[in-house]
Amino acid sequence: MMSRSARQAATPAPEAPAMPQNRLVTVEDLNVRFLSRDGDVSILNGVNFTLDRGEVLCLLGESGSGKSVTLRALMRLLPGNARISGRLEVDGHDIAAMKERQLRPLRGSTVAMIFQEPMTALDPVFTIGQQITETLRAHKGLSGGAARKRALELLELVQIPNAPARLKAYPHELSGGLRQRAMIALALSCDPKLLLADEPTTALDATVQIQVLLLLRELQKELGMATVFVTHDIGVACEIADRVGVMYAGRLVEGADVGRIIKEPLHPYTSALMRSTVHAGMRGQVLDSIPGAPPDLAALPPGCAFAPRCQSARSLCVQDEPGSTSLPAGRTVRCHIHGAEAAWRTSPPLAE
Amino acid sequence: MTDTLSLAPKTSPRTLPVDDRGGPRQPMLIVEDLKKHFPIKTGGAFGGLRTSVKAVDGVNFTVAKRETLGVVGESGCGKSTMARLLSHLITPDTGSIIFDGEKVGASGGISVRDLRRQMQMVFQDSYSSLNPRLPIVDSIAFGPKANGVKGSVARARAEEILGLVGLNPRQFARRYPHQLSGGQRQRVNIARALAMEPRLVVLDEAVSALDKSVEAQVLNLLARLKEQFELTYIFISHDLNVVQYISDRVLVMYLGQVVEIGEVDELYARPSHPYTEALLSSRPSMDPARRRTEPPLAGDPPNPVNLPSGCRFRTRCALAEEVCAKVAPVLTPLPDSPTHPVACHARQPGAGHSLSPAA
Repeated sequence: MMSRSARQAATPAPEAPAMPQNRLVTVEDLNVRFLSRDGDVSILNGVNFTLDRGEVLCLLGESGSGKSVTLRALMRLLPGNARISGRLEVDGHDIAAMKERQLRPLRGSTVAMIFQEPMTALDPVFTIGQQITETLRAHKGLSGGAARKRALELLELVQIPNAPARLKAYPHELSGGLRQRAMIALALSCDPKLLLADEPTTALDATVQIQVLLLLRELQKELGMATVFVTHDIGVACEIADRVGVMYAGRLVEGADVGRIIKEPLHPYTSALMRSTVHAGMRGQVLDSIPGAPPDLAALPPGCAFAPRCQSARSLCVQDEPGSTSLPAGRTVRCHIHGAEAAWRTSPPLAE
Repeated sequence: MTDTLSLAPKTSPRTLPVDDRGGPRQPMLIVEDLKKHFPIKTGGAFGGLRTSVKAVDGVNFTVAKRETLGVVGESGCGKSTMARLLSHLITPDTGSIIFDGEKVGASGGISVRDLRRQMQMVFQDSYSSLNPRLPIVDSIAFGPKANGVKGSVARARAEEILGLVGLNPRQFARRYPHQLSGGQRQRVNIARALAMEPRLVVLDEAVSALDKSVEAQVLNLLARLKEQFELTYIFISHDLNVVQYISDRVLVMYLGQVVEIGEVDELYARPSHPYTEALLSSRPSMDPARRRTEPPLAGDPPNPVNLPSGCRFRTRCALAEEVCAKVAPVLTPLPDSPTHPVACHARQPGAGHSLSPAA
């Protein structure tokens, strides 16, 4: 039951076509459904964003918000029961329409991915060196010798100490931090234009997490890769992001520069998330928590998915799904409060 | 919403006998020289070498009544093993645990069974710590029933406790664990622990698996229950911000040993052990304008099978000197702060380190 005005607002605002050749990723109205015997589940419900070359976008959200699915959709690494619709363009390739055969050369070379768990992402029966050289030979057609030389350079690039010996190591012989560095080396082996990182530091210890985070930031700058970085940790986003996209229930509810989103979050979910995150100097206070839990994606509430937990919700919010509103400085927000019309202000408050 | 659900503290009379034997000055828990080494075999075609992982290696601390002691450290440092040793889920190799003045397992002391009733645990994985085939109300009532409380009384009490943790018993009591969200399940686990009317609750990464918005609800709940039931907490977590929020004192572990204990404000403002300092400055900055530029430590923690000689942190420590490789530092109070013990040669007078304060 979406009103006409909301539907119009939902179409993405015209982007300034200043430097279209600088645009690497365009995602428009991305929908992902998972089909199952018990009915379909809509995981993504109209995600829109763009990414320039060399830019770092952090997708921030809670579990089940759709951040990892968005990331995997960019490489079409989704299970067979997933149905994708919408526009997905990476470096001029129409990812949504490509055949599996055409996708293969793209994965790993143009777009590379690093995962949360290097132990499950790396192959346990091959050495680190074998895995990197295999990739180099397949994608770049290097000879064995040249590939081995390049693999060594890559391990040195990700600051693995004693690199020649580590080329001969199996994944289980490395510590968690070194394994994650090896996976980064593997991802970087074919000079990807876009790096997708799915919580790459979450499983690491605090002192190792900051090392890997700083390494990724350094490499990203040095190699000029665009990066989409998925995390649930606002602190991690602060360390690495240029822009942040906050996700909730399969929608991108707010997008802005990292500095702006930290200082003045606009969407009630973003600001509630900031308030409920524990940081220094909150000792002894009652935390300002968000009531309730994220909604079940199989049974999304009508209207705004956050409305049942939102302090500012009015009757409009539970009727109409808010469209995306573009604001100055490249910000976008999906909330009736910031909508173009005064409909929210005149809408009656919710009955208790 | 659920947080402010304030059922007035209509605490029904205790169904299980408990007595504060030691009085308010007696620490709730005294742990002395607690050790657990797990024997392992390493490599080799002929059975390999027999060696051991020193998971917990000589840990000493006390917890005062109604205090929250935070325990921090990286994975593999022995935090969780220590938690399990405290309630004898793993039997310690050596060392003594004194619960409210009574030695655990010794003749004339408190039996392990009685200890477990008064010391409850909440684990990280809310799903695997509940029986999937029992409605949650039965899971909560199970412990008291096993301790001799009549079934109907235990169930009534379980429903009351469900209300206290913010779950409406009429709506939730008959549900099974898989019908609840992670936050709700963790509330059930807290209720299950509370049903035993414990005096000490060990929370082992109890909020780590929860989303941030739900984590805050559970932290608020823990704070409220602590007041209401006069509880003592041992709060184990790798999240330094959460530990700072909830703890009165903080204990820092590294490779099976305690390296520093202090009041939370002092420890966070003035970390004395180089490891504590590095750990604290590994936290992301929360300010994109002032990002971290240098990682405070290089490399990973060493393998707990082949521990470095002397101080276990010396391989990653910027202050390491010859003495650190030879002599293992002992946890000793700082000269200017008797309630703040640290195990570091550079902080102890006369330890032979170039930075040691004058004796």
